[in-house]
This record gives sequence, structure tokens and C-alpha cells, in this order.
Amino acid sequence: MNELYEKYIKKESLPTLFCPGCGNGIVQFAAIKAFEKMGIKDDLACVSGIGCSSWIPCYFKMDVMHTMHGRALPFAEGLKLSRPDKKILVFSGDGDCLAIGGNHLIHAASRNIDLTVIEINNYIYGMTGGQKSPATPEGSVTKTSPFGSYDEPIDGCSLVAAAGGTYVARWTTAHPVQLEKAIAEGIRHKGFSFIEVLTQCPVQAGKNIFGEKSPVAMMARYKEMTYIYKEGMEIPEGKVRIGKIKHDTSRKEYTEKVLQKLEEKNIKKGQSNG
Amino acid sequence: MADITIDKACCKGCDICLSICHKKIFVRSKKRNNYGTNMPEAVNRDTCVFCGMCERLCPDGAINVRKTEEDKEK
Repeated sequence: MNELYEKYIKKESLPTLFCPGCGNGIVQFAAIKAFEKMGIKDDLACVSGIGCSSWIPCYFKMDVMHTMHGRALPFAEGLKLSRPDKKILVFSGDGDCLAIGGNHLIHAASRNIDLTVIEINNYIYGMTGGQKSPATPEGSVTKTSPFGSYDEPIDGCSLVAAAGGTYVARWTTAHPVQLEKAIAEGIRHKGFSFIEVLTQCPVQAGKNIFGEKSPVAMMARYKEMTYIYKEGMEIPEGKVRIGKIKHDTSRKEYTEKVLQKLEEKNIKKGQSNG
Repeated sequence: MADITIDKACCKGCDICLSICHKKIFVRSKKRNNYGTNMPEAVNRDTCVFCGMCERLCPDGAINVRKTEEDKEK
């Protein structure tokens, strides 16, 4: 077993429930590596919803909440307001974050509350057997779209950037070093950080969307279908942009505003008004 | 020579490490892991350059690469 795994993962719950070749483990290791580099294990708390990817923090040796489907963000906001000293990470899937919890995502982003949301996007509902998710590309045949999906996929990064999130980045599992740096930067950033990770799901997405079941081939495909934007560059058609998309430090953070208001009214934290 | 261990209890036999290593250190073996699939074996360990990609890209954290005293002197 890896040295860092021994330090950060509950050994009694191993092996993880992920399928062989699943990208969730790569995201888990990138997050562990970021914690190790920053040395902040005791200041962290993780929140997750329901889905394959929401099992990632459940193996961590730290404070973890495994909450209702799509409602990870409201729980995390409450936790942040009651414990502003903690750094909070939310692990969420594409269905959990964009479909069931889509409304919560927009409102958390517009509040600019200090959370780090890691959205693990595998383009499909993996745990329930391969149904169409909001991120499924057009034309892909799944269990719930037998004639090919004709919905436009939702782009989580553009949604959060438009709603007012202040740190937005997108990476894939084929870029583990950059992903680790982005997670560390998201934790350090004061405000709503949203990191989308494109992961391979060799079992469900491999069968239904990409037509290849090898995790390595899927990772190579993710490298091919993405580009990193540089200024003055011509945008390639049909490719997904990765890298840091937005970083804005000018907006004020939500917990600071709340605490300032309480101070103005002379209310101590944890005390009722009246 | 690098000290490379592969945990039998963690490995699930996804074969990512076989193709990700540029030095082709991992090869398929007939040994079975606890999951029931064939697990890789580390050969040619003296060619390892410690890039750490096998550790990062192993979805189950089964691989551990450590420098031995010999490597530290280099």
C-alpha cells in the first residue's frame, strides 16, 4: 500500500468499492497529495452527496459527512457558517452536482461562500446502471436515451463562472499533477472554488458512450479531446477547454459578510437575538 | 535499485500501470490479487526514474515506490 494511503485512508474499509480502472481513485490520490503538501489534515472537513464519486471522502481519516442526494452543498454551507475556521471540500458527481443539486450549486456560487467543490464528471449515472446525466454528450446511446441523447449537455464550469464562482478550473484524470495543484489552489483561494475533473468510467460510460472499455484508452481519449487555452490562440472546434478558467479575488466572501453583520448588531456567534 | 511494492489486497488489475510507465517496468504476471484478477509485477527496477506517475495514476493506491540507500547516493 502507498505510504500516503496508510496515513490518510481508513485501512479497515479497503478495498474501495470503485470498479477496476475507475478514475475516482486518481482524484482521491490527487486530493491526498494536495493535503500532504499543504499539511492541513486537521483543519479539513469533507462533505459529499450520493453517487460513485461521493464515496471518495468516506475513506478519509478526517471529519466527513455523507449526506442526501444533491444536498451536499447546503450541508457544507451550514458547516462553513458554524465552523468558519475549517476548510471544507465537497466531492460531488455530475448528476449530484448539476441535476439533483443544480439549484444549490448556482446559489452557493452566487453567494461566493468559501467552499472547494470538486465535481467528478464521468458523463453518466454510473452507480444506478448507465442512465443519461446532464453532462452526457449529444448523440450518445444510454439506458434512458435509446435513440441517442438529443439534449445539449450542461457545462458546469461555464455555469459556475456565470453564476459568480470566483475560482473555476477543469482538469482530467490524465493530468494528475495539475489536478493536485488545482485542488491546493482551490483550498487556498478565499471564495467559491469549483474544480471539474473529467474521469473515466470504464464500465458504464465505456460501454454506452465511448465504445471502449479500457481505462487507458479512455484517458488517452481525454488527452486528445481537450486543449489548454493560451492567449491569442485559435479555439479548436469540438474540444473541451481545460486548465484554470477563472480566478477572481475581488469579490467578498459570504462568511466574512455574515460575521461582520453579527458584529455590527453586537451578537456573539452561537447566541440568539432576543 | 528502486524498491517497488504492489499491494495484493488493494490491486484490482486495471492495467493502467502497465501502459503508463515509460520505462515499461510493470509486466503482467500470473499472480492473482484478492480481487481475483491478474496483478502486475515490477521488473527492470534499476531503470526507474522516480517520476511517480504509477503512484499517482493507480486508482487504488496499491503501488509504492521508495528510494533505497543506493539511489540516494547517485
